[in-house]
Amino acid sequence: MVSLSDYLILSSIIFCIGLAGIFINRTNIITLLMCVELILAAVNTNFIAFSHFLGNEAGQIFVFFILTVAAAEVAIGLAILTLLFRVRGSINVDVTNSLKG
Amino acid sequence: MSSEQIIFYILSFWFVASSLAMIFARNAAKAVLFLVLGFFSAAGIWILLEAEFLAITLILVYVGAVMVLFLFVIKMLNIDKSTLRAKFAGYLPLGLIVALIIIAEMTLVLGSSQFGLEIMPSPERHGADYSNITQLALQLYTTYVYPFELAAVLLLIAIIAAITLVQKDEIKRKKQSISEQVNVKARDRVRIVSITSPSKEDK
Repeated sequence: MVSLSDYLILSSIIFCIGLAGIFINRTNIITLLMCVELILAAVNTNFIAFSHFLGNEAGQIFVFFILTVAAAEVAIGLAILTLLFRVRGSINVDVTNSLKG
Repeated sequence: MSSEQIIFYILSFWFVASSLAMIFARNAAKAVLFLVLGFFSAAGIWILLEAEFLAITLILVYVGAVMVLFLFVIKMLNIDKSTLRAKFAGYLPLGLIVALIIIAEMTLVLGSSQFGLEIMPSPERHGADYSNITQLALQLYTTYVYPFELAAVLLLIAIIAAITLVQKDEIKRKKQSISEQVNVKARDRVRIVSITSPSKEDK
């Protein structure tokens, strides 16, 4: 049988991969957004594992709302990205340091 | 080793491997495809945890809509590939060190001595007549109905915000100018023309 700690360790590994991806990919905002998605998937796996092992459906409801908020976040993030590309001509993270008010 | 464990380890391997391939991918489109593979593996793991509705939602909403949106944006923006390679390895040691430290700490905290099968026994599998979506709906439409409606409002706000952000030309937008409407004169709109109608006696 698969224990709860297996699921938790798996989700912590995925979380750390997403975190390392944010560190590594400093040149591309799209990959940063995808790393955030990866972190959210890890958190959702955590919620569902606890929901299964504790026999409580509230964790799954929480995952439902996380998915909703993440979809909204991606829509707005990609809209900002498109706007940034239109203004700056690039989506490098280094270009966005020129925000001076 | 039971079949459940075999399935779990296969899915976990593909989840971790595709995530690693995603963060090291040079090409953003390839990264999206690796993330799709990772989400499919995650959906399999969720089905193993009896969360069937959320697994299907992950595939339909995430892979079907959000990832395709990513692909659309990547293809439309026409990103220069050479800029993606620059400064790639600069933060690699720092990121790997932080990730490995967190994984080591989490493994110590979440090990089998804290969350093993002895402390947290695996629950009984539900029978064939158990419906996950019925249980979720019962909770969602009774206890969590206000958060559910708030989520709908949030999605509406996201739609409006995304459309407003990328709207390019303001000229085509239909809008009212209240001052012009109030200051309009009747003679600007209506012109009275006197017409003498030809009478029948002239013929």
